[in-house]
Amino acid sequence: MPTELTVLPTQNLAPFKGVKKLTIEEYYTSGHRTCQGCESALVMKLMVKAAGPRTIVLGSTGCMYVANTTYYSTSWVVPWMHTQLGASGSAAVGTAAGLRALMRKGRIRQEPINVISFCGDGGGADMGLSSISAALTYPEYNFLILMYDNESYANTDIQLSSMTPYGANTTFSPPGKARRLLHTRWKKNVAGMLAAGHPECKYVATVCASYALQMMNRVRRGLSIGGPSFIHSLDPCPKGWDYDPMFSHELGEVAVETGVWPLFEVENHVLSFYGKSKAIAQGKKRKSVREYLLKQGRFAHFTDEDIAYFQKKIDEMWNRWLIPGVCAFDLADDIKKGLAKSEVEMGTAA
Amino acid sequence: MSAVTLEAPAAEKEMLISGCAAIAQALRLASIDVVTAYPIRPYDTVMQAVAKLIANGELDADYIVASSEHDQFEIVKHASAVGARVFCGSSGVGWMYAMEALAVTPALRLPLLALVGNRALDDPGAFGCEHNDALCVRDLGWMLTWVDTAQEALDTALIAYRVAEDPRIFLPCAIGADGAFLTHSEALVKVPSQDQVDRFLPKYNRGDKVLHPDNPITIAPQANEDWVMEIRKQNDEAMRRARGVIQEAYADFQQVFGRHGENPFVEEYLTGDADVILVGQGTLSLSVKVGVRKMRQQGHKVGFLRLKWFRPFPMPELQKALARAKAIGVVDRDYSFGSPNHAGVLYSEVRSALYDLGHRPAVVGFISGLGGREVSLDNVTEMSEILLKTARTGRLEQPNYWIGVRG
Repeated sequence: MPTELTVLPTQNLAPFKGVKKLTIEEYYTSGHRTCQGCESALVMKLMVKAAGPRTIVLGSTGCMYVANTTYYSTSWVVPWMHTQLGASGSAAVGTAAGLRALMRKGRIRQEPINVISFCGDGGGADMGLSSISAALTYPEYNFLILMYDNESYANTDIQLSSMTPYGANTTFSPPGKARRLLHTRWKKNVAGMLAAGHPECKYVATVCASYALQMMNRVRRGLSIGGPSFIHSLDPCPKGWDYDPMFSHELGEVAVETGVWPLFEVENHVLSFYGKSKAIAQGKKRKSVREYLLKQGRFAHFTDEDIAYFQKKIDEMWNRWLIPGVCAFDLADDIKKGLAKSEVEMGTAA
Repeated sequence: MSAVTLEAPAAEKEMLISGCAAIAQALRLASIDVVTAYPIRPYDTVMQAVAKLIANGELDADYIVASSEHDQFEIVKHASAVGARVFCGSSGVGWMYAMEALAVTPALRLPLLALVGNRALDDPGAFGCEHNDALCVRDLGWMLTWVDTAQEALDTALIAYRVAEDPRIFLPCAIGADGAFLTHSEALVKVPSQDQVDRFLPKYNRGDKVLHPDNPITIAPQANEDWVMEIRKQNDEAMRRARGVIQEAYADFQQVFGRHGENPFVEEYLTGDADVILVGQGTLSLSVKVGVRKMRQQGHKVGFLRLKWFRPFPMPELQKALARAKAIGVVDRDYSFGSPNHAGVLYSEVRSALYDLGHRPAVVGFISGLGGREVSLDNVTEMSEILLKTARTGRLEQPNYWIGVRG
């Protein structure tokens, strides 16, 4: 391998073997002012607990910036720096590049340092998508980009993003007398898109903090694999989704059990489902989406017809997509019959 | 360091190179750590030159081809925060695309060096020189300098690192280089030796502001009305200090390299006895100086002042040099629609700088050389004659003229 592609050593973070084996130290502590029941705050805490002390965290604009870093009362024990809304990918690349250059030149000690750059769904799926996509093409830099997806621009008062579910009530899509549903786009599939489109990226996963240990171990895997990695976390948001804060954990579980949120990981170019999603992928019955939708005030205006449409779209994801939750298309019939291995014609180059 | 001589001219080497290639030589000598490229004419020849240096092993830096100007400037911003010496650049609307990153970099006190290959803001499409691109950061805490020759480009890049990375300053600096006229024109350039540069330019040391696990700080938290004013005031104080630090840097530069012993902020050309003085920045100095000599041959006392630094603005130098004249003509290679007298940016700045003088010369604005159009000898003659008439009659007929424009 040419020297300029040499990747600096990553930390080798073995999976935690169980809740009782977790390290005791916390690196995201008091000082923040997130809402009661904020699942994204839990994601921050678990993410950096999984990473450990030799970590730099970069946070793009959003709830986890505004609520966590009030001047003089930062909640971050590890070094932390703000980055612009659309710059989580660039922040990761720049930080990793600076560290690599300084280590190569002997200006700082050569050691594995975790670089984690996080963004919300607005910063990641909307404004910063191009920057993340670019970042995942640099195999020579080690970093993890984590998108905490609470399905709206929650920090600016719950405006819809391209990750807001179909039909949801947000301040930019209120149900009205003339139009019940102002938001009729279907949510983007960011993890699937990034996994499918970035051959140099060795790790992409979806997570949900309701399954804390699984979530932390995915963070540890993403940081240990070498090169850029991406994690997409679904974070129930009491304010944006409109439910009692005590149900955050349960809603994450229901999202997985209804198949609305598939848990999968693409590691070294191999896809697998894990947790309850694995059972679903292997044929276990999904719960009805009605159970998920009716727990949230943002869907209170839904009719039976709307719920049926939502169920149909989820059914399509599991039954019609080439890979559920990953590839939003199927194969043409003639290709379905058999994809042969493609080989190079021999002897034509002479 | 065995040499005790003040300069080592023998170690320098002359090269026939463009303004952009000259800056690339400065980057090699400054041993930059991280550099990000994205194409837009005309600044991008500097990145082509950097790419060659990297490919040939003459420069050891992390060289990143980014996906947009916003990415480009964000990447180096963050590399600078962990202590890397960084370089970036752009032109015209590319610079505007990076605007968000440009706005926060001085507030973060990161000493990024950028090249702006000045270009018109298309639409309508134009590759040519205009200064509105770089000028859009004039209020934000960027130090801004305009260079006139390839030699000055190289030297200024070294000086800019020294000033920007001084812990008293920690502000970004942009070098304005006129598109095509400077970025692409080749000239003989004295390229210093590594030893000289090492004596002049210390390593970038961010001290206790560096982002590293050994120094767990939180950078750019939510400060809001509690603290933002105090933080802005600190930026103001850094910019005020820049004047003295620039003077120190030029004095040391002269010691090591034997050049730039004159005033760091302005270049005066036959201003001493001048009745009227043209003021401008960048490469228009070439035709203006020839024009001034021509007017002098005809017995008219015309002079020229070129601003080398725009931020910090050289107010004392301007007051001193322009106070004696009867009329001043500010040649703007930019526009500021709807501004006082519908003139240019430089016009308003110069006019404001002269306001406190006991005797205020008449100030005329000239908008000229937009979109890459040349500021010709005829234009200089026309502007000089307007100024001479203003000086003679003592009456300002018109505050602002568009020079060399049809219709």
